[in-house]
Amino acid sequence: MKRTPLFAAHQRLGGKLIEFGGWEMPVHYSSITDEHLAVRHAAGLFDISHMGEVWIDGPQAEAFLNQVLTNDLRKLAPGHGQYTLMCNEQGGVIDDLYAYRLGPAEYLLIINASRIPNDVAWLQEQLSRLGPRAGVRLQDASEATGALAVQGPRVAAFINAGFPGPLTGGAAVGLPTELKKNQVARTQFAGRQVWVSRTGYTGEDGFEIVAPGEVIEAVWNRLLELGRPHGLKPAGLGARDTLRTEACYPLYGHELDEATTPLEAGLGFFVALTKGEFIGRPALAEQKLKGVSRKLVAFKMAGKSPPPRPGYAIWSQGAVAEKIGEVASGTQSPSLGIGLGMACLPAQFAQPQTPLGIEIRGQRAAALVVPKPFYRKPD
Amino acid sequence: MANVPSDLKYAKSHEWVRLSGEVATVGITDHAQHELTDVVFVELPALGRQVKAGEACAVVESVKTASDIYSPLSGEIIEVNRAVADEPGLVNTEPWAGGWIWKIKLSRPEELNTLLSADQYVALIGAA
Repeated sequence: MKRTPLFAAHQRLGGKLIEFGGWEMPVHYSSITDEHLAVRHAAGLFDISHMGEVWIDGPQAEAFLNQVLTNDLRKLAPGHGQYTLMCNEQGGVIDDLYAYRLGPAEYLLIINASRIPNDVAWLQEQLSRLGPRAGVRLQDASEATGALAVQGPRVAAFINAGFPGPLTGGAAVGLPTELKKNQVARTQFAGRQVWVSRTGYTGEDGFEIVAPGEVIEAVWNRLLELGRPHGLKPAGLGARDTLRTEACYPLYGHELDEATTPLEAGLGFFVALTKGEFIGRPALAEQKLKGVSRKLVAFKMAGKSPPPRPGYAIWSQGAVAEKIGEVASGTQSPSLGIGLGMACLPAQFAQPQTPLGIEIRGQRAAALVVPKPFYRKPD
Repeated sequence: MANVPSDLKYAKSHEWVRLSGEVATVGITDHAQHELTDVVFVELPALGRQVKAGEACAVVESVKTASDIYSPLSGEIIEVNRAVADEPGLVNTEPWAGGWIWKIKLSRPEELNTLLSADQYVALIGAA
């Protein structure tokens, strides 16, 4: 199994280590519920060093990326990022990711750990089609780069003290807390260049820090030191999953895969059909015209029941019940105290209030389609 | 120091047994609840069900996993603990007392000899 540069930190903190996509990562330190609630009420610190970082620069970088990604990069000023997707010719999702414009012709892509080889191979293949004078340089820095996420309503109280040096690139702000959502800035830590972005995967305010592997542990320790008085706790993959499920964020391999389009997953907002040609555009434009035949829905269990889990069969209710899909993501929600999940179902079952039956150990438990998201942070 | 009451018997699959005449109360150990972390749902066995030693007869679910709970002994399920159905967290907070799961009328009391003593269970879980 692979280990991130924070492995020793996880051991020191008593993390319960499990295998996750070939990585040895902490599923929790205290408990999933405890860490989940810490993020919702105070702050949590996550190791996301297993994720991938790809640097792209050159005079044609924007044109190249706008051709392989669905969202419109032209919207990004330096220091801004956007959620986007990379699709195949059929409009199926190769990965969902964040794209940051760091400078006029410099980009950073943050990609899913499980998709690093697929994404890099795809990007290199598409780049090679442009020919030798493409004017684009691509560098996969995933192995050498660490990252962490610090998330929760109290993060803004201590993050600035972690990065007191001047912010020297990206968004022109003076302090990390002056970054607006999706903005990114460059600063230094232990003499090395790090990138600080205001984004996250939990539905709370927070930041993600991208740093060389050699210094990420020092960043982790510093943030823990600063954050503990504010209630910061280390948080593992278990809480990361329950938090993003409550926020209805997709996870590649569950809500998204190469046989699912962004439109079917309800992510049409991130597909700029009018920006010009990009890979998958014709298929997606046609799907938008005809309407999707299946849709990602959010559902809640109707009462006390075992939690819905990925892979459980979903049945329609009524006179003739039939199997209509499978749970993509599901859990017992620590914040809401009820079972909830997401699934891709035939479009006619996607209306809120549609009753469903979730098959759990041979019995069908009642559930109801509900609007997304389950959880929204208080203003 | 391990929390393993000496007056109980234990199964290798981390269930405990408290005997009272021919009726045994069954729950899961403190070690087991600690491994599971927060229990969010308990599926109780059906009353009147006949179980064989080693058969799965209840399910304890945490946020991340559903775990089968096995009957250490053979007999009839004569009582189930509704309290853990209403408040699954009792399995975490009171594994030896309020978090009991079912009671069984033994059909083969000699099976008690196959269970572990407290010392043997302590050795199994590697606690000093």
